[in-house]
Amino acid sequence: MSKIIIKIENVSMKYRIYKEKIEYLKEYVLKSLKNEIKFSKIKALDSINLEIIRGDRIGIIGQNGAGKSTLLKLISGVMKPSEGTVTVSGSVAPLLELGAGFDFDFSGEDNIYLNGAILGKDKQFMEKHYNEIVEYSELDGFIKVAIKNYSSGMKMKLGFSIVAFINADILVLDEILGVGDVRFKKKSSKTIEEKIKSGATTIIVSHDLNRIKRLTEKVIWLHKGKIKMIGPTKKVVKEYLSFFE
Amino acid sequence: MKKVSIHFNNFTKYSYLLKLLVIRDIKKKYKESFLGLLWSLLSPLMHMIVLTIVFSNLFERNITNFPLYLIAGRLIFEFFSNATTRAMTSIISSATLIKKVYIPKYILTLAGVTSNFIIFCISLIDLLLVMVITGSQFSWNLLFAPIYLILLYFFVLGISYIVATLNTIFRDIQHLYGVVVMILMYISAIFYPVNILPASLQPIFTFNPVYQFIKGFRMCVYYTEPLYFNNLLYCTLIAVVSLSIGLFVFWKNQDKLIFYV
Repeated sequence: MSKIIIKIENVSMKYRIYKEKIEYLKEYVLKSLKNEIKFSKIKALDSINLEIIRGDRIGIIGQNGAGKSTLLKLISGVMKPSEGTVTVSGSVAPLLELGAGFDFDFSGEDNIYLNGAILGKDKQFMEKHYNEIVEYSELDGFIKVAIKNYSSGMKMKLGFSIVAFINADILVLDEILGVGDVRFKKKSSKTIEEKIKSGATTIIVSHDLNRIKRLTEKVIWLHKGKIKMIGPTKKVVKEYLSFFE
Repeated sequence: MKKVSIHFNNFTKYSYLLKLLVIRDIKKKYKESFLGLLWSLLSPLMHMIVLTIVFSNLFERNITNFPLYLIAGRLIFEFFSNATTRAMTSIISSATLIKKVYIPKYILTLAGVTSNFIIFCISLIDLLLVMVITGSQFSWNLLFAPIYLILLYFFVLGISYIVATLNTIFRDIQHLYGVVVMILMYISAIFYPVNILPASLQPIFTFNPVYQFIKGFRMCVYYTEPLYFNNLLYCTLIAVVSLSIGLFVFWKNQDKLIFYV
């Protein structure tokens, strides 16, 4: 196994921002005939080079629109870069999107299997961990109920419990560190912190600098799509704070 | 070669997801309807009875076993129309998912077509029922029916990838496509014999791929004279061309689709 788990080479990400969103062929034809299609191009990321070593705990900071979420999406494979290459040698667990694949018409049980499969797990794995997931979620009495009848807190609990048992090589966290009521929040944050400290490669995006300081050892500061600074957490956070003074 | 094996590994990795998605689709379909599975068997039969009453007198001299002629054509066409229409929204309807988690997107369309194919295969019980009730002859041609069904599956899959891609980019494609399907239905000789159209209009049937499958399938279950292998070759060609174009269009656009969902 190579030491480098994520390699980002010369990556740029361009978006087209349309003045008016064109969703229909009719609009497209009419507007292009009238020459009315106007869009501006923005560069969400601009020639990024980055190597992340197995076991690294990395924080990403930066203002809104700096490209943090785009970078995460490229790492988790949701988007492909407009230029350059992203090589990820391992599985990614996106803790940022709890229950993205839920089907509300089906029971908690069905959704545990479905969500596991979405995260790339097979039947044996899910059967093995099913009981643990249910127990962790504390939804024992509701697991056969369609999740459209769940409260939003219950849905998040279920979503979190599934992700908590998917052992991925890379953890990706976007702000969320704990879900549910006070007690469950404590329990889930503890689980995440344990996972992080057990040596999983972790990437955290957060505006909470205290959390970044506590959980990461290295920080990437993104500014307008470029890496402004990269280095030990303390140093980068200090520079970041003084930048705004 | 390395690329191919990566794709293959990825497919095996997500084959469990494919299975779950197919099961989900089928479960959903039967949850929605009051009579469940029974409904998908009853509906084609009822449709057949009504059309038989209305049309059989009209075409009596041309079509010997009208109920069988009709249901063979209709089941094939229904599968084509249901599967492609369902697959068309397969990407958009999973928008929240694919914006957040990576999954190979072609799985979504594949699952839509496959679940419809399974439902279609179940509804073939109706066809057998009609064959038995009308006392039609079972010929050796019947052995070719599975081949036609598999070719049909690939043909429909190809079309599905094309319409799924287009409809993700332009949402009004589904309305246009609805019209196209309706026209196709009327020119597929489902409830009338092909010879009612004059020779000058016969090319309509020659170039209608759905009709070619209906014709081939009818040769297996309806007619008893030996099979035309020309039709089998033609259908194979249609399936290969459709699937190749479909996969190409989808593959070329798949990374772009995320910006439209």
